Amino acid sequence: MRRKTALAGAATAALALVLSACGGGGGSTQQPAQSASGDGAQPAFNAALTQVFNPSTKKGGTLKAANYSDWDSLDPGDTYYGYSFNFGRFYWRTLTTYKPGPGPDGNTVVPDLAEALGEASDGGKTWTYKLKSGLKFEDGTPITAKDVAYAVARSFDKETFPHGPSYLNELLDWPKDFKGVYKTPDVDYKSAVEATDDTTVVFHLKKPFASMDYVVQMPMSAPVPKDKDTGAKYKEHVISSGPYKFEKNEIGKGFTLVRNDQWDASTDPLRPALPDRIEVQVNVNADDLDNQIIAGDLHLDIQGTGLQPAALGKVLPDPALKARADNPTIPRLWYASVIPYNKPLDNINCRKAVMWAADRVANQTAFGGPVAGGDLATNVLPPPIVGQEKFDLYATPESKGDVNKAKEALTACGQPNGFETTMTYRSDRPREKALAEAMQQALSKAGIKLTLKGFPSSSYFSDYAGNVDYVKSHNIGLAAHGWGSDWPDGYGFLQAIVDSRTIRPAGNYNLSVKNDEVDKLIDQASAELDATARAKLWVEVDKKVMEDASILPVVWAKSLLLRGKGLTNIAYNEGQSMYDYILLGVE
Amino acid sequence: MACPATGQATRPVAVLTYIIRRVVGAFAMLIVISMVTFGIFFVVPQWAGATPEAMAARYVGRAATPETVHLVAERLGFNDPVVVQYGRFVKGLFAGAQYDYGAGVEQCPAPCFGYSFISGQPVWPDLVDRMPVTFSLAIGAAVIWVLAGVSVGVISALRRGSFFDRLSMGTALAGVSLPIFFTGMISLVVFSYGLGWTPPGGAWTDLAVNPLQWAYNLLLPWITLAFLFAAGYARLTRAGMLETMGEDYIRTARAKGLRERQVVVKHGLRAALTPILTLFGIDFGLLVGGAVLTETTYTLPGLGQFAILAIRNQDLPQVMGVVLIAAGFVVVASLIVDLLYAVVDPRVRLS
Repeated sequence: MRRKTALAGAATAALALVLSACGGGGGSTQQPAQSASGDGAQPAFNAALTQVFNPSTKKGGTLKAANYSDWDSLDPGDTYYGYSFNFGRFYWRTLTTYKPGPGPDGNTVVPDLAEALGEASDGGKTWTYKLKSGLKFEDGTPITAKDVAYAVARSFDKETFPHGPSYLNELLDWPKDFKGVYKTPDVDYKSAVEATDDTTVVFHLKKPFASMDYVVQMPMSAPVPKDKDTGAKYKEHVISSGPYKFEKNEIGKGFTLVRNDQWDASTDPLRPALPDRIEVQVNVNADDLDNQIIAGDLHLDIQGTGLQPAALGKVLPDPALKARADNPTIPRLWYASVIPYNKPLDNINCRKAVMWAADRVANQTAFGGPVAGGDLATNVLPPPIVGQEKFDLYATPESKGDVNKAKEALTACGQPNGFETTMTYRSDRPREKALAEAMQQALSKAGIKLTLKGFPSSSYFSDYAGNVDYVKSHNIGLAAHGWGSDWPDGYGFLQAIVDSRTIRPAGNYNLSVKNDEVDKLIDQASAELDATARAKLWVEVDKKVMEDASILPVVWAKSLLLRGKGLTNIAYNEGQSMYDYILLGVE
Repeated sequence: MACPATGQATRPVAVLTYIIRRVVGAFAMLIVISMVTFGIFFVVPQWAGATPEAMAARYVGRAATPETVHLVAERLGFNDPVVVQYGRFVKGLFAGAQYDYGAGVEQCPAPCFGYSFISGQPVWPDLVDRMPVTFSLAIGAAVIWVLAGVSVGVISALRRGSFFDRLSMGTALAGVSLPIFFTGMISLVVFSYGLGWTPPGGAWTDLAVNPLQWAYNLLLPWITLAFLFAAGYARLTRAGMLETMGEDYIRTARAKGLRERQVVVKHGLRAALTPILTLFGIDFGLLVGGAVLTETTYTLPGLGQFAILAIRNQDLPQVMGVVLIAAGFVVVASLIVDLLYAVVDPRVRLS
């Protein structure tokens, strides 16, 4: 089912090598065959995708990292960026986390604070996690199940923590009168989450849900000591449960992490914790950041989304630089929503006409081509999602569109001469603009006339493409869109963009899929506890959406990441869809 | 301005009333600016049909539920009429405000520019914290560009048509034409990443911590920024000097037997300096309000970078803060320039 299965063996072997070497916590005598300092690794294109590049167990040094933007929040209960989830594991530990390292099983979860993955009971409505022993916060106080339950409960308050995911708000059975730990401190929330003893956390869900192990790898499950909790100000000094703690934190400028001497390596086989210090600068000029990585002044681009266009032009033609790059397919789909709210696109045949008329190669080119953009997408789920299958319901010669089939569909729709509609895109995203232009050109051959309208990213979903009234009153028929998964299974990728019950007046991410059968399948899939059967059901959802012709896939995105000079132990992790930050070290 | 020609005793009074009038005018200007900024932020989206929820949706995480958006709209006060929101902002400036951070309430003393919609950090300390960076950048660059620009301009004017004149005016043309994000990036690539002479982007050390490191880190931004401005000053000085050096009084000065240096500096340059001073006041005022492009290019954590981030994030309290500070600096700088006129140009003093 999954691509890259052939590589699994080699990758797992390499990973095992690194992890066994790292697990000893410093005094280990086990050494990998490679030099301990990581010197002398031969750089090669894609070298960190299937194995650890420049493996090392050498501790010490300063990891210099930078972010061209800033965190939404450093608070584990209030953050929703992929890089924040990845990087945060330096200073927090969650119940589960992605299996560290390269290779295809990087998108599976393994226990972190917990001794084992969650135990489901009551048909998937109750999930129990047992904590390891010997866990401590940076101040030496033990981490108990109560701290985990409290952390989950505090993240419920979306007025104080508006940025974080709301999965647990929706999944857990919260008491009616619970408004958060600050506003209603006396309300007992044990109907949602409770610590039955010092090491047992129990989650009570409203209905059966199978992907709980993925949900609790998100930082809402990172423990927060109640007596140190300062609400919205906690992000200024997060109490560490991981191998590093904050030495200095200047919000808007950067921060420094140093070793947390209370972290016990024997409780944590996943984190080698190699550098002594981690220095982070934020709001760094994006192009300059790339230049600094190229020159070796910085080790790591924290966003992990890849090089800027300016640096792409420099890296790809230069063999020495290209050898330092990795080009993974990430769990992100760029696509066009085909919106059924206005006539004649409310008719499925008119939507199918759009599918047939689109020139997919031109669309891929608009998105940067096969290296900088991504693989040509034929369906919704991207390849790194667990259990993904590739299929194509609208195959055309050389994927360049089929005018005849489009015209047949138009006739079936009662619009033999085509129709007019508007396509939106984010005006500050040149690739979306190029996509809109490519669509305009391709669709015009079938008689479908597109008017293009660009809007700023910041209000695209709140005021325009994601605003139902606006879409209806301005005859919006197509909208450029992109989506990355919160976690790499069907629910994590699809729920927000294809479940019609998420549609609300404004701020929608599901712009176009309104199909009862899709909704039914989602319910069925999310309650299925058998992993294989569940993956199959998500593929069914994918097929149903493609049959509905309300999403036109463009590319399964690829990123082009550059390995920093002097960085050791680099591996691309499928779950994080960027380098696995907790493994990194410096020469 | 309406100064009695003979009234030496009344002059301080006149100057004082002048200053008071200007300060009151400046205040009025700041109020208008704050209203306009507020209006652009709140009224314009409302015309476009944005609801309080739609506006609050900018400040939540992805895939936030309608309840979250509603709570945030309520917390940020978007449901109140714009006038009430503006009133709250002004009240915060003069009387301070309170901020509920969930686990408690924090007092935000006046001048309270509010709390960031995104990070929840108070705006005023951030502004104060970033001022030294921008000041350092502006002052260092100003020294370089005034010295370089004016001297090149003077020499060019005195040796009009010479090789030096042509070369420097050609360079000056390049200087005013090339945007800083271009010269900045190029100079970083060449001097920092190529030759390794200067530190990489993002280097900043406080003057009080290590003055040498401070200057070393700022050297490249200073020169890049000064290059842009010096060019304009050189051209302006040259034009001014050419004009003054042709005046009758210069001939008279020379006829009196004054040394050439005195003629040039005391009589020529002094007259040519007046328009440069005006320009300098406005340029410098703008710059201390935030050298937007330079700070963004070199990742310097100053007011300019702050302004760009605030605008990009649509973070109104931060935008208001930085706009008012920048406007304040421009107003103050132009006031100082007006007062300095009297020093440089006796005609102003006597009229």
